[in-house]
Formats: sequence, structure tokens, C-alpha cells
Amino acid sequence: MMGIESTAVWLAYLLSVVSALGCVIYGLVTWNRGASEVKQEDRAWLKDEKVMEEEL
Amino acid sequence: MDGYITYLVVIIYFSIIAYLGWKGYRGTKTNLDYMLAGRQVHPYVMAMSYGATFISTSAIIGFGGAAAVFGMGLLWLTFLNIFIGIFLAFVIFGNRTRRMGHRLDAHTFPELMGVRYRSRFIQGFSGLVIFLFMPLYTSVVIIGAAKFISSSFAIQYEVALFGFSTIVALYVIMGGLKGVMYTDAFQGTIMLVGMLFLLIFTYSRLGGVVEAHQQLTDLAPLALKVFKGTGHQGWTAFPVFGSQFWWIMVSTIIMGVGIGVLAQPQLVVRFMTVRSKRELNRAVLIGGVFILIVVGVVYVVGSLSNVFFVQDTGTVAIAAARGNVNEIIPKFIDGYLPKWFGLVFLLTLLAAAMSTISSQFHTMGTSIGRDFYEKGIRGGRQTARSITVTRIGVLIAILFSVFLGYWLEKTFGGTGTAIIARGTAIFFGLCAATFLPMYFGALYSRKITRTGAIAGMITGFGVSGFWLLFMHAKESTALLLCERWFGKPSLLQHFNETSGKWVSYITGPIIWSDVDPIIFALPLAILVTIGYSLITQSLPEDHLDNCFKS
Repeated sequence: MMGIESTAVWLAYLLSVVSALGCVIYGLVTWNRGASEVKQEDRAWLKDEKVMEEEL
Repeated sequence: MDGYITYLVVIIYFSIIAYLGWKGYRGTKTNLDYMLAGRQVHPYVMAMSYGATFISTSAIIGFGGAAAVFGMGLLWLTFLNIFIGIFLAFVIFGNRTRRMGHRLDAHTFPELMGVRYRSRFIQGFSGLVIFLFMPLYTSVVIIGAAKFISSSFAIQYEVALFGFSTIVALYVIMGGLKGVMYTDAFQGTIMLVGMLFLLIFTYSRLGGVVEAHQQLTDLAPLALKVFKGTGHQGWTAFPVFGSQFWWIMVSTIIMGVGIGVLAQPQLVVRFMTVRSKRELNRAVLIGGVFILIVVGVVYVVGSLSNVFFVQDTGTVAIAAARGNVNEIIPKFIDGYLPKWFGLVFLLTLLAAAMSTISSQFHTMGTSIGRDFYEKGIRGGRQTARSITVTRIGVLIAILFSVFLGYWLEKTFGGTGTAIIARGTAIFFGLCAATFLPMYFGALYSRKITRTGAIAGMITGFGVSGFWLLFMHAKESTALLLCERWFGKPSLLQHFNETSGKWVSYITGPIIWSDVDPIIFALPLAILVTIGYSLITQSLPEDHLDNCFKS
């Protein structure tokens, strides 16, 4: 199919495109879901991470 | 390539990178700064930055060259990269890693595991494994870039290797480690545009998508002749089930890299630096498209390069590159694409290498300083010396990676071995077998015990190491230890008097010395993790409540 000899290879080609499309659809559907406020533990983590990066 | 224009464009490119890096250094341009300031990073910038860290020159040069040998069957790896490396990684692992990492105040992958299982040993051991073995992965990224530079500027490989390594080291020292988002996003965008052009150009030069595939299919008889006895059936067909090429392709390249991406320490920490689950959801969209375009294009174009080489030279890609898999893509770009594209492609590769290597050195530095020395040796006390150890660790990692880049190319360069793809697969496979069972258990199960995690980690690492040293012929032959101790290149091979060669023991479709370590090491590690967890004491309830509270 499409000039590709074996089904196993054609399927990989198709699945690559379909899975990328799946990612697009998932991203669009959940685009505004899962937002959360930055909590105290997040801020503490961020500050420690900054210190670690600066030390490096 | 026109020398002056080449140098000019490269200088302009580095000036932009330096400017963006400087801006990031001066202002609030890292993701952390944005989050601390309570602001949002544009999803495109974030996803491109992820993509640039994921994909490196090893993917473009090494796996592109591998596709020129193995064919379009490698697209299974593109599918796994998108489905496992993006979708499952972000949706199943991403948010839990972020939440648990913040709650436990963990900043590296070994630290997350160590705190989650309350084990200094896990943190120290994981740090040491990463520090010792990640240079293999870094070195193949460096080989990819140096090969292309050497081809573009017509200079010796060694000169390109040391020149490129110096530039990367300077970039890292001047602040590349800070993971400045706009620099990464700029590099990701260059990669995306460059690869898209490569695909459109290749298909249109061969008369369209179907026509291009058909021409490649028509070359199957040539493939059968050139790769006689390996199981190759043409570049648009899968190798014969149970053949040598089938085992390399499926067990080493597709499984090793496809699954191993889930337990990559430098990618896991990326999940912790996002603001919320929403950002991960958005990154799935752009990440999926990015991987399809960058990785998918490489496999398709790498395979199709055979049509160009046959039409032009009468011989297949691997023969045109004198048996050096890593030279196929550079030769193809140099020989058949417009000169200006060679330049864009060079920048694409530099972009890919710089962002990936930068995050690798970051990971290796923290693994040896924070995880192994500070936690594993000093028992968690931070001293001025841990920072010194980290810095020395980064320096040793750079030198070791460059040495490996030199040695691997010298040893395997003209042997037809896809050393970049194999090097990547070895590291990914090792990470999967060593870390994946305890990582998944840490995020999803209260029942995995500390002893279970340790036993699984040691089993995964031990079986992988043993298999690489004594069983898997490609590595055990090169590492020489099996030869020295047992007088044969692999314990799974015997000497065939008729052919005068060492050949593998074969059981049905299983060519034992070609079966990759991951096939045994990962399932065994999973079984041992679960088995020990069933018979040993679980962690205190209050600790688990703290880990899992929503």
C-alpha cells in the first residue's frame, strides 16, 4: 500500500501518523484541563531548584 | 559548501544562542523563574524545549543511518516514541512525578526514588549508574555532530570531534546548563523546520510519496544481494522473523529505545519543572507532532537515501559510505540536497546536540555530586565539597564522553555497525531494566517495598551488565572480557569448523547471542521487585500517605 511492500511497515507508518494525530486530539480536548494553583510545596521546591541550578 | 557563508551563518547562529542565553542568565527566562513569578510559559515554547531535549543528533545522524540499513520498519520506533515517549510518559508518569517530586522535595531522579523508598542506597546507586553510563549516550550524540561537521567542512573526524566538544563545553560552562527555555525553543524550531524541508524535498525529488516508496520497494532484490544471510527483505519490508536483522531491529533498537525512554533520568526531572497537569496536556499535542516530524522524517528519508545512492553511484547507501553507518546521512545531505540546506541542517544538528548534551551534563553532575557523594557517601549533609564534586564530575563526564566518542568511532567506524543507534539503545535499555520497575511502583503502588525496589534495581542492572559483558555478542566481543576469561567472544557462541567463525547457538527463531539484554533484564527486574515486595515489610503508612496524598 502506498508503494510500501509489507503490511508490518505500512502499519508502522500509519500508526506513527495516527498516534501523532491522537496526541493532537488529546491536547486539544484537555487544553484547559488540569490547571492548578501553585501551592506552598511547589514554591518551596522551586526555590530549592533555583539554588541547585545556581550552584551548578 | 561555500566556506565564508558557512562560517558566517554558524557565527550568526551562535550569536543568537549566546544572546538568548545571556538574556536568560540576566532576566527571568527559565521555566522556574516564570513559575516562581506565577506566570505562564507559552505552550509552544515549553513543548519545543522538551522536544529539543528529547531528540539529538544521535537520532538524526545515527538512527537515520540505521534506517538506511534496516529500512522503514524502524518506523515502529517512531510509533513507540510518540505513543510511549510522549503520550504515556506525559499522561501516565508526568503529573504523578511532578506532584510527588514537589511533595517530597526531590530534585533529581535518584533523589525522587531515594526519598520515596527512604533509601540512601537507592539514591547513591542510581546516581552512580547514571554517572558511569550516561557518557555512552552523550558520546554517541557527540559522534553524530562531529561526523556531520567533518563531512560539511571536509576536515578530519578527530578535529571536528575536539572542536565541537570544546564549543559544547564552553556553552555548558557559560550557562547552557540553566536550561533556558527560549534557547531550547529556538533550537527545537530550527530542528522542526529543517526536518520538514528535508521530507518535502526528498519526496518531491523522487516524484511524490507513493512513487518514492515504490522506487525503494523496487530495490528489494539489491538489498537481498547486499545483505545476504541477515534476513533483510528490502527497505519497505520487515526482516525475516527470527533472523539476525530482526533481532537487532526489534530487541535492541525498537524495544530498547522505545521502552527505555520512560526511565530516562534527564527527562523525568523535566516533569517536575512544569506548573500543572494542564501544561503536560498541552505539551502532548506539540510533542507528538514534533516527534512525528523529526524522528519519522529521519527514518523515511534515511531509507529513501538508498534510491538516490543507487541511481547516482549504482550502489546502496551503506556501500557508498564505505561501511560507516554514521556517514550515510551526512553524505546524502552533502551530495543530493541544495548547498544552503546543508547549512540549515548543520544548525539543526548543532541545535539538537547542544540542548541534549547540556541536559545530560546537568544530570551527570547532579548524579555524582548530589546523589552519589552528598547522599550516598556523606549521608545527606551538603558541604562546599559536594558542589566541587559536582563540578569535577561534569568535567570528568565531558572528558570521558569525548574519549568514548573517539574510541567508539575508531573501533566501529567502518564495520557497518550502527554504533550511534546501539549506544543509545544500550543506555536506554540499561535505564529501563534498572529504574523502570521501581519508578512505576513508586508512582502507582503503595505495596512496593524498599527491599523490593532495591532487589529489582540490582537485578535489572546486574542482568543487563552480565548480558552485555558475556552474552550479547556485539558488545561482549568488543569489550574483550569474555574472550579473556572464557576464550570465546560470547558464552552463547560456539566455533563452527566449516565456516571458521564463531556462531550463535540457535533455538527455533531465537539467535541467542543477538537477543538484547532488555528482553531478559526488564521482565526479571519486574518479577523480583514484585516478589520481594510480597515477602518484605512495607513502608510506614504515614510516609505513604504523604507520598500519595492528592
